Amino acid sequence: MADYPTVWHKPPLIASAGLRWLLGGLVALYLATAMATIDINWARLAAGLPRGWRFVASFFTPDFISRGDEIIEGLAESLAMTVTSTVLGIALAIPLGLGAARNLAPRPVYLACRTVIATSRTLQELIVAIFFVKMFGFGPFAGMLTLTFSSIGFIAKLLAERIEAVDPGPLDAVRATGASWLQWVNYAIQPQVMPRLAGLSLYRLDINFRESAVLGIVGAGGIGATLNTALDRYEYSTAAAVLLSIIAIVLAAEYTSGLIRERLR
Amino acid sequence: MTTPVWRRRTTRGQWAIWCGWLFGALIVAQGWRFISDATLWDFVWDAPAQAGDMLSRMIPPRWSYAPAILKPLWDTVNIATIGTLLAIVLATPIAFLAARNTSPHAGILRPLALAIIAVSRSINTLIWALLLVTIVGPGVLAGILAVALHSIGFFGKLLYEAIEEIDPTQSEAITATGASPAQVLAYGVVPQVLPTFAGVSVYRWDINIRESAVLGIVGAGGIGLQLNASVSKLAWPQVTLILIAILGAVVVSEWVSARVRAAIV
Repeated sequence: MADYPTVWHKPPLIASAGLRWLLGGLVALYLATAMATIDINWARLAAGLPRGWRFVASFFTPDFISRGDEIIEGLAESLAMTVTSTVLGIALAIPLGLGAARNLAPRPVYLACRTVIATSRTLQELIVAIFFVKMFGFGPFAGMLTLTFSSIGFIAKLLAERIEAVDPGPLDAVRATGASWLQWVNYAIQPQVMPRLAGLSLYRLDINFRESAVLGIVGAGGIGATLNTALDRYEYSTAAAVLLSIIAIVLAAEYTSGLIRERLR
Repeated sequence: MTTPVWRRRTTRGQWAIWCGWLFGALIVAQGWRFISDATLWDFVWDAPAQAGDMLSRMIPPRWSYAPAILKPLWDTVNIATIGTLLAIVLATPIAFLAARNTSPHAGILRPLALAIIAVSRSINTLIWALLLVTIVGPGVLAGILAVALHSIGFFGKLLYEAIEEIDPTQSEAITATGASPAQVLAYGVVPQVLPTFAGVSVYRWDINIRESAVLGIVGAGGIGLQLNASVSKLAWPQVTLILIAILGAVVVSEWVSARVRAAIV
């Protein structure tokens, strides 16, 4: 009677005590080694802190005027890249998505399309941008191609997943009428996946704008170049203005696309 | 009298849709013109030659360079891991402040928390890195902070949405036992959101590995530093090796993340 527990304890996440301690120990060991290999330059950090404060303060006094032309130019370039690359990306992702759906495509086509999608999704935008800049020269054209390239993988993968999940009833029904492959896709599949495709495209438009803001760092056009220059010149008020514009556009785009996607559903 | 023919939309609806498409097409055309004006087409037509030249220089990879990228690779993993952990620690209280049902003060604290989440999310990891490099100086620390600052928004948003969607009866039951607000959080709210949150954390860690591989391009530590240096030195065989290393890290982290998520859910 005496050893009956009177206090309730939360059951632990990992039931085995040995495994729990082992995992905890491994995590602690990793963190200790990782922390030990980070060399922090305290002097540089101390020197940088006032600059950091100045930067935070400059958010309350953003300067949209003195480099206004460059900011507008950069934003326009970013928006142009965003729009064209999203449209191009959708146009190329539709055939790829059809090919990557297991219930539509023959196996070799399926594998080929999945390989393209995997490549596009694994390569980070900035790395792709570096190569496109080397190939096509500096400027928004390289940026547009980069964004198109990564949009393709993103849209095609999610579209293919949606196509694989369609209701098979209409598929059989339309096929039974003797429809050709194209008619089959057009009348049995397209109506079922359209809302998803529209939602994905809007979502990708958001992402592409966000990404277009960094491509300028490697010379692929857009507002990132303006921001980079402003920071290089220590013009924090201009940098703050650029950042505030980016935040405003991102939030506005996200809000609008959220509203539209809500209506599509 | 002619029999009315079935039509899907009214004349007005049809016109509105056409105008919508026309407007969209005009925007895309305008965007394309903007990009095309900013492009030196001679460079673009030269691209296949450039690409061929680049490829021929990239093969074979310079394997003897491998020992030199082990430390940067380790740094990259650390940036992602420590940055993710830091973000989890910082995002958790912010999410509780932002969730409608757990926020202690709906008038000031909640909007403030939501604003932090929105700003953190709208600014890309690379832009955070760009800012932090000027403030804390180049190195791994800037990378860790950049990853953390961007992930706060990601975690904060997902976590506060999860908290708002919890089943209120469980926390009411805990309250009825006379538990303090902190105890209600610990025993009524946390157990409900923990599984999703654990899955999301691993997923974000995987994304962060990808991002931290390129942070070095702006000087924030990791393997991107070597990538950038090799590209600017035109040391293409080294670039190939670094790309292979990054691809390997991304594939491994994706595999780990998929396994862990499958184990949790």
